[in-house]
Amino acid sequence: MTALEPGSTWVVWLIVSPLAAALIAFLLPRVAAAIALANALFMGVAALALLDLVTEQGPHRYSLGGWGAPLGIDLYADPLSGVLLVVAAVVVLATLFYSRDYLARTAIGPLFWPISLFLHAALNALLLSADAFNLYVTLELLSLSAVALVALADEQRAVAAALRYLLASIVASLAYLLGVALLYHTAGVLDLAALAERATWTPATWAALGLMTAGLAVKGALFPVHFWLPGAHSYAPSPVSALLSALVVKAPFYVLLRLWYAPFAGAPEAVGTLLGLLGALAIVWGSLQALRQARLKLLIAYSTVAQIGYLFLFFPLAQSRSALQGVTVFILGHALAKAAMFLAAGNMHKCLGHDRIQDLHRVARELPVTLAAFAVGGVCIMGLPPSGNFIGKWLLIEAAFAQGEWGWAVVVVAGGLLSAAYVFRVLGHAFTVDDKPVDASGAPASMAWAAFALALLALTLGVFAAPLIDLIGGPGETAVAHLSSREP
Amino acid sequence: MTWQAALPLLVLASSLLPGLVIFALPERSRTLRTALNLSGAVVKLFLVVWMLWQSGQGVHYELRAALLPGLDLVLRSSELGLFFVVLSALLWLVTTIYAVGYLEDSPNRSRFFGFFSLCVTATAGAALAGNLITFLAFYEMLTLATYPLVVHRGTAAARRAGRMYLAYTIGGGGVLTLGTLWLYSITGTLEFVPGGIVAPFVDRNATALSAAFVVLVAGIGVKAALVPLHSWLPTAMVAPAPVSALLHAVAVVKVGAFGLMRLVFSTYGVEAASGLGLAQGLAVVAAVTIVYGSLRALAQTNLKRLLAYSTVSQLSYIALGIALGGAVAATGGIVHLVHQGLMKITLFFAAGNLAETLGVHEIRDMRGAGRRMPWSMAAFTLCAFGMIGTPPMAGFISKWYLGIGAVDSDAAWVVWLLAGSSILNAAYFLPIVWAIWFEPPPEQWPHDKRSGRAETSLMLLVPTLFTAAMALAVGLFAATPYSPLEWARLIAARQYAP
Repeated sequence: MTALEPGSTWVVWLIVSPLAAALIAFLLPRVAAAIALANALFMGVAALALLDLVTEQGPHRYSLGGWGAPLGIDLYADPLSGVLLVVAAVVVLATLFYSRDYLARTAIGPLFWPISLFLHAALNALLLSADAFNLYVTLELLSLSAVALVALADEQRAVAAALRYLLASIVASLAYLLGVALLYHTAGVLDLAALAERATWTPATWAALGLMTAGLAVKGALFPVHFWLPGAHSYAPSPVSALLSALVVKAPFYVLLRLWYAPFAGAPEAVGTLLGLLGALAIVWGSLQALRQARLKLLIAYSTVAQIGYLFLFFPLAQSRSALQGVTVFILGHALAKAAMFLAAGNMHKCLGHDRIQDLHRVARELPVTLAAFAVGGVCIMGLPPSGNFIGKWLLIEAAFAQGEWGWAVVVVAGGLLSAAYVFRVLGHAFTVDDKPVDASGAPASMAWAAFALALLALTLGVFAAPLIDLIGGPGETAVAHLSSREP
Repeated sequence: MTWQAALPLLVLASSLLPGLVIFALPERSRTLRTALNLSGAVVKLFLVVWMLWQSGQGVHYELRAALLPGLDLVLRSSELGLFFVVLSALLWLVTTIYAVGYLEDSPNRSRFFGFFSLCVTATAGAALAGNLITFLAFYEMLTLATYPLVVHRGTAAARRAGRMYLAYTIGGGGVLTLGTLWLYSITGTLEFVPGGIVAPFVDRNATALSAAFVVLVAGIGVKAALVPLHSWLPTAMVAPAPVSALLHAVAVVKVGAFGLMRLVFSTYGVEAASGLGLAQGLAVVAAVTIVYGSLRALAQTNLKRLLAYSTVSQLSYIALGIALGGAVAATGGIVHLVHQGLMKITLFFAAGNLAETLGVHEIRDMRGAGRRMPWSMAAFTLCAFGMIGTPPMAGFISKWYLGIGAVDSDAAWVVWLLAGSSILNAAYFLPIVWAIWFEPPPEQWPHDKRSGRAETSLMLLVPTLFTAAMALAVGLFAATPYSPLEWARLIAARQYAP
């Protein structure tokens, strides 16, 4: 494959552009916001162009500098990474637009813009990586920039949470890296497609499976190793919370998904069942914790713990095509909805000065658009039609019925009911008669509308999802078919 | 997009768009809000009547949008759907006028009317839904759109009612989703077709189909207020009177009853539902609900609570008619959708007039109300007699067809049930009617708001009288062409055609 295929440079731009923008934003703080927004817009265009390309021409491989794998670095794009790149660009665009006003009168701007751009670069690079070691490097860069963003919050608790996040992340990375080394030892390659061909089930592979899965579970905050998430996601500045909950926490899962189709394609069913059980426990535990929280952002963070559980239901159902489709649409829906909820919560927090749920009725009447954003996002999280989350859950349940394992179906529906309980715990306050409302007339409209736009996208995602679903794991040459067809 | 595809969408848009604009309106722009509300309601009524007329000429309206591989969102004009959508469009117009009068000068009207419009959009969508997943989508939308109306007053009681409403209806929605997917995993399609979709699978999957039916009925039964899933309905009566009217006559419980029709007629088909013994089970649940609702109504001291329990009971006539398994009984059930709607909306309007004008909420305070508000109380009395089932009111027609149909289907116990239920209806309505007309009024009403020469605001009185007159007319002229009864007969005949 040559480096000069038409249109293929989008892959490179998706990584180079945010890196360059980060550098400029760091050197020229005055134009940082403008550069970041311009880059986010460009990322949206580039991601859409790439998605269009892989839809038309099938999966796309790009060798940096013309050196192909196994020597050089290959970038790889298929419909799965394409849709995730698009949704990442959308969430980043809305969040950065929101941040302009959010960061006014705070001191964290000069650091926020370059680090968030760096985070976007790391995320894009991860989504485009095609080998196990590059996935490690990009995951590490992503985690480090995420930790740095959490620590930006001017609060003792935030710094503590960032430190806990960092430690968990480092331990997890070590486990993952050890697994990579073991895989390299057995197969002699790191490229995922090549690994799929060469991997054999030796004890080293088993150890790699255990180490890498455990590491990714910690980074992906799967119950019961989610301990770092609620603090980090709730004490961070709200736009950071949105980026973390919507995008960053999905990256380790994405890596695991890729591994599941390449070196670990033949993993025994029991491993998948175990991951699914942990996911089910995450749904229940996260939701119950969300119900108990006194603070809005902690409630949303625990909701993320619960929603991550849904992703891991993929593993016991991986036999069905609709499981991969479902989990992909679910990631998209959750990213948009959860970002909307955190941005809305940030707006309420800013107007009220705190985010205790019992006092929300004092701002609810003053911030109708913000509240609507939170409500619509919450409705999506509940998984009601026509949201993307509904489509995702529908496909997961369909997979469960197709495999005759209706227990997973019950978990999916029960999780939806629990999420309704915690979402309406917040929304109930919108209708309480308030005695001393807070004056929120000075709240910038851009923040509310950024949240609302994301929520609206999440709600209508189901209507647009039909063509997406056909792309993911559909018949013919697609992401997964492409990789798994190389299995011996 | 062709005209045939666009019309169902326009029917939804005619209430959705005004609703969205109303959300954005400031509280004080009363005229614009009312104009939007009423023009939306009039346009919707015009569109559905047009659609009805054109359907009679053989035009078929259908809109499809892909949702999932092999599953579309479908809006379609069908006889049963049109029957329901015309009813809801008409009653929405009336209720809107009433609500504008009722909520005069109360806070948060933009929010109220916005959600009010969403509610009716969801109802129209459920009525026009062409398959079970579309129905499910609008069923859930209705749940969400109604919640803000139930908690509108913002009091502790309202929030409690709202929580209970959500716990039941969201739970029901989840169960319905599960049942829908279960059915889909068996049949591979969810289309609503006359005669149903399950017939080819009855031999091999009888148990799974039966279990899925139970799950589906449990999901829909929440909105249809089948015992023991009914408790949210009496609690939700803390909402303002127009919301009660909407809940009880136009939207929520009606979508539940309509959903049961879709389930029995268009999904399982009468033959399969009876063959598997499912319809008989539904008939028993309906019978229990009829008796239980009436017994609970007897014990109520609050007028709206009494009316709510009466709804629980009356609504199951519809379920009973569907479940008995004969065209005549089905006619009675289907036509009761309209009859119950007209009568119950009048009763709630009259109760609202009492509350708004005189501050009367409890039954014991209604003594002598007939002298103070003769027109409202006449409407109330008329429809109370209709509920009991005295000729020539609409309720009599429904019960008559149910009774005849039961005898046809060798279910003579239903005749006893109807007789017993009518006695119970009389036992809780007649003492109220007596008190209204034959007992002396108190010296002082709780909160008398006399204004103008009429007994109450015309915005409240005219809708009440209109629906009362309709309830009388559909009973009196039941045998004429184009009456709801004739229409219901046509629909029922179609379901039972060989």
